Amino acid sequence: MAVTGILLVLFLIAHMLGNLKIFTGATSFDHYAHWLRELGAPLLPNAGFLWIQRVGLLAAVLLHIWAATVLALRARAARPVRYAHRKKVRGSYAARTMRWGGVIILLFVIYHILDLTTGTLNPVGDPARPYANIVADFAPERWYVTAFYTLAIVALGFHLRHGVFSALRSLGQQTPRGEQRARAVALAFAVVLCAGYLVVPFAVLTGLVS
Amino acid sequence: MNLTLRIWRQSGPEDKGRMVKYQVDDVSPDMSFLEMLDVLNERLILAGEEPVAFDHDCREGICGMCGLMINGDAHGPQRGTTACQLHMRQFSDGETIDIEPWRARAFPVIKDLVVNRNAFDKIIAAGGYITAPTGSAPEAHSVPVAKANADSAFESAACIGCGACVAACPNGSGMLFTAAKVTQLSLLPQGQPERYTRVIGMVDAHDEAGFGGCTNAGECTAVCPKGIPLTTIGRLNRDYLAATTKQGDTPGT
Repeated sequence: MAVTGILLVLFLIAHMLGNLKIFTGATSFDHYAHWLRELGAPLLPNAGFLWIQRVGLLAAVLLHIWAATVLALRARAARPVRYAHRKKVRGSYAARTMRWGGVIILLFVIYHILDLTTGTLNPVGDPARPYANIVADFAPERWYVTAFYTLAIVALGFHLRHGVFSALRSLGQQTPRGEQRARAVALAFAVVLCAGYLVVPFAVLTGLVS
Repeated sequence: MNLTLRIWRQSGPEDKGRMVKYQVDDVSPDMSFLEMLDVLNERLILAGEEPVAFDHDCREGICGMCGLMINGDAHGPQRGTTACQLHMRQFSDGETIDIEPWRARAFPVIKDLVVNRNAFDKIIAAGGYITAPTGSAPEAHSVPVAKANADSAFESAACIGCGACVAACPNGSGMLFTAAKVTQLSLLPQGQPERYTRVIGMVDAHDEAGFGGCTNAGECTAVCPKGIPLTTIGRLNRDYLAATTKQGDTPGT
């Protein structure tokens, strides 16, 4: 859970920084997207780096889901008779919603790939012009796309709030002061990442990026 | 105080079990929760009914025998308190109180509110001890222990093995209990020789007993009557990671 989660988090950071290039203008953003395809050339073929990354990420996602499924099945088996009176998990809202939050994120990732990688569900869908794809995607009349995007990113934020702390604990974080720090880092990281991802659709929605 | 109780009644391991409603009147707010159950049982016996079976021993909060899920809280609403030390003043007149046994596959119900916690003994038998020869207590200064380590070890040693951590865990995991026992020994010099075989053995016994896996949700530490901190699980994880990479530790534990 922890190791695959950290790999995915590293990708999330890189992806967010890449997204923020949208504020540098269409030419610069499109250039960045094309550069990603050429990365590693001439050692790697065209889009070679991207395919290595995709295979790595897919493996990480599958292992992450597999570990989560094993934990969920074990949890279910460990309590065959349910409580008649059960309080909600008090630890945090984030800890309580890890599993369903993960499902929302997975559904979003599938949609997101069909939308902005393959272009199937995008109104423009031109792989050569990613800037135009994004602007068309988050246009005010397609508010439901922005709404789903926001829901998924907020779910991701909650997922990271518990996930980052939990990963640090799984890898051996063991002092009380370190626990406070780990929780603070997890919260700050989740908020920054949420903000970094949400600023793009809302910039398009408000006309800041057009 | 007049209370309505909904209590889990199950005549034996094979019985399906059900919640049964009882009315208990004239409860003193100064009674402990178990004394209130004693009052109910006396009335049931006088009426020729089967009394409610529940575990208890010292009634001082140190033996770990009592364990009831009270309104969905392990050991009731007061933090850092066992059910026997919980007073009826924590409840209000006319309240309905749900009382259930610990729910876990590893803790099968024997009768009513009594569960079998042998699974904890199996975890202890898999490494919760030291094999150094015992005898009369050695001179305390002969083996120096850092104060911080002694304090942390003592904090973990306060675990009474009641099983509230398992009962409250959304995953039905016994990791806080296992971690408390591992931490207590791994922080002290006497626990070092078997440190890494211990953690592997105890976690294996934990998983074999049918407990769930830990997801660091933190419910266990919130209900623990002895306030065992969640950091113990971090110590267990670190020992476990070290153990899986270490070779040539003491075999045979």
